[in-house]
Amino acid sequence: MSSEFGIWLAAFFTIGIASFLYKDNPLYKFCESVFVGISAGYWAVALFWENLITKMFDGLGISYSLGLWPEKGALQDIFSGVWNWNILHVLAAILGIMMLMRLFPKIGWIARWPLSVIVGSTAGLWMITYFQSNFLSQLQKTVIPLFDIGRINELSEIGAVMAEQGRSIPLDNYFAAYLGNLVLIFGTLAGLVYFYFSKEHKGIFGRTAKVGIYFLMITFGASFGYTVMSRMSLLIGRLYFLFSTWLGFVN
Amino acid sequence: MDKFWERLLTIDRRVIFVVIFLALSVPIFLQIGLPIPVTREVQVLYDSLEDLPRDSKILVSCDFDPGSEPELQPMAEAAFKYFVENDLRFIVIGLWPQGPIQGNRAIEDIDESDDEYIVKDGDTLYFGADLVVVGNDTAWYGIDFINLGFQVGQELVIQRMGTSFEATFPSDRRFGRPQKEFPIMDGIYRLADFDFVFNLSAGYPGTVEWVQFAVDRFHVPVGAANTAVQAPLAYPYLDTGQLSGILGGMKGGAEFEKLVGHQARATMFMTSQTMAHIFVMLFIIVGNIAFFATMKKSDRRGIRE
Amino acid sequence: MRREIPLILTGIVGITFFVQFFVPHSPMRELSETFSDWYSIISAFAIWLGGLNLMKISFEKVYKKDKDWFFAVTTIVSFFLILIVGLFFSGGRQYLEQGSGYDWLYRNIYSPLSATMFALLAFFVASASYRAFRARNAQATVLLLAAFIVMAGRTPFGDWITVFLPEGWRLSNLSNVIMNYFNVAGQRAIMIGIALGIVSTSLRIILGIERSHLGGE
Repeated sequence: MSSEFGIWLAAFFTIGIASFLYKDNPLYKFCESVFVGISAGYWAVALFWENLITKMFDGLGISYSLGLWPEKGALQDIFSGVWNWNILHVLAAILGIMMLMRLFPKIGWIARWPLSVIVGSTAGLWMITYFQSNFLSQLQKTVIPLFDIGRINELSEIGAVMAEQGRSIPLDNYFAAYLGNLVLIFGTLAGLVYFYFSKEHKGIFGRTAKVGIYFLMITFGASFGYTVMSRMSLLIGRLYFLFSTWLGFVN
Repeated sequence: MDKFWERLLTIDRRVIFVVIFLALSVPIFLQIGLPIPVTREVQVLYDSLEDLPRDSKILVSCDFDPGSEPELQPMAEAAFKYFVENDLRFIVIGLWPQGPIQGNRAIEDIDESDDEYIVKDGDTLYFGADLVVVGNDTAWYGIDFINLGFQVGQELVIQRMGTSFEATFPSDRRFGRPQKEFPIMDGIYRLADFDFVFNLSAGYPGTVEWVQFAVDRFHVPVGAANTAVQAPLAYPYLDTGQLSGILGGMKGGAEFEKLVGHQARATMFMTSQTMAHIFVMLFIIVGNIAFFATMKKSDRRGIRE
Repeated sequence: MRREIPLILTGIVGITFFVQFFVPHSPMRELSETFSDWYSIISAFAIWLGGLNLMKISFEKVYKKDKDWFFAVTTIVSFFLILIVGLFFSGGRQYLEQGSGYDWLYRNIYSPLSATMFALLAFFVASASYRAFRARNAQATVLLLAAFIVMAGRTPFGDWITVFLPEGWRLSNLSNVIMNYFNVAGQRAIMIGIALGIVSTSLRIILGIERSHLGGE
């Protein structure tokens, strides 16, 4: 059993949160409220050191002036007649302070200014990146031959060698060669047809959409399987902490 | 019989909780070694790392928090051990604020060295705390690895690294000094100067953003270590070649541990993981049997239609 | 003032980021770098806003002696505890290092709380599997079967129950097929759909047609 105070504290909070499984109770509420406060504080501290200090104080040269950082910043450059884009961080700070005005309902509307920078940046970037990575690249890999002839030829060569050893070619390889491309092409197309709502799902279009639903169902099933895997892993991690790190039952 | 199924269907959920607790706890004590076949996606990532020449620089982005620790931490540890053993240099950053601490913890956990140790190299004194030992191999902070902390801005951080890495991550976290003072940073000016990105991701920002910016825009190969929830979303990128391998969940971690030759926590937890899956499948089967057994025949027809 | 300036700002920033993909040199490069830094700084303030707002609400709860006001006190105390320790007693820029007060709070309070909160989901997933996951029709049955194959196939259990099949044709191989082909096809359809949606919405935002982020209309 651990003799560290920190480990005991961690065990206390672990059990406190887990007590919710029995029913909602004051211990859980206590742990939950600590979690809320500590998370918010965690972010605030991380952002202070990583962002406010590095981007604002170091970038502008305030830290240098105070002797807290060895490198010059925008203010020093500007005073020596060299343009430094970092000086515009001052405007970002003003926008940031405008963001904080949301705390005061009467002048909260001013927060729309910084918000528009966030929304504009994301929109400008996403327009290209999603088009390139999630549309074009994916589409490119859907416009492929129906059968992978290269793999089929490869398979017959490997098959002969494996047969001599008394083994069979794995299912994955068979599927990849003969059906893989077909599934990728028709599965993607059928899925897209299902998501196309501007035309009524009737006739061939409707039937394709129906096939699309089945593909999506397999996808969701796979995702569900992986979600179970994920959630169980997290619980295993906590149980291991309790049994090993805290109680010392397992090495 | 009907009553039995009805009672089974309305069973208190806490009974299910107890069953799951036991199903996961008991195997932790048993520690049975299970066979772990390696899947293609994990092999691809391992092969990508194997292809890297010595002294290659790898950017490790820890984009996760303690909520995903059991899945991603073993992957980080296995990867770091592999990097140290194969003379690959790694630079730890995080797009999540919790990431760099998780990176630090992984480095501490793989370290077998004594912190009291001091080495003099020319005029420089190196302290044991800055040394990581894995078997017969060593890595020094600032020379072989470094932690540059976190930066907020999601995908814009990656975009910013594309033109200037120093402007994005200006200082290290162990000494709080400018990053360019450390030898490991020589020759690293922008994202494209890295040979590989190893992304440990639990959501947004994460693998999708690394693919969009690092791979498609700045042409740096990315290998993804994902939580199992996120992994199915990353498979299309593997098919297009945008991703150089995926480690999906604890299973992916166990496979990776096997390949790098350090079977540790992920491998050990696979027994509990297997039991958990068996029990969830049993729950679904029993739940369905009870559901259909208690349903009237007319209702059953209705459902089929 | 309230509407026009945000609209213009959105347009300028959006167009800058769009154009820098095609003109990756001066002055678009510097402009996009500057706006990237702005994004970071504003995001930091936005997250601070979240923290401050939490404090505002918690203080109000305590002041009005609302139900559960005691827990609001705990939230306030924990917020200021990590804030003070992180800002003043953790070695400044080296705040992340092992042994700092901030690191101690992270390891022994934040980490177990966060991890256990997520771990609870395992119990609820199990409970939901028992109660809600029903093979009511053909589609649900397909979903269920796919989930079974993946769950069994991703652990050694899958190969044990199909041990009668030749090696290479067992459940682990079938789950590989599902993940690498059926899952890819389905995910790809969703991805392409989402990508098209994002492209059109982004264009509407940059052109000022979509204004919901400015509060309504």
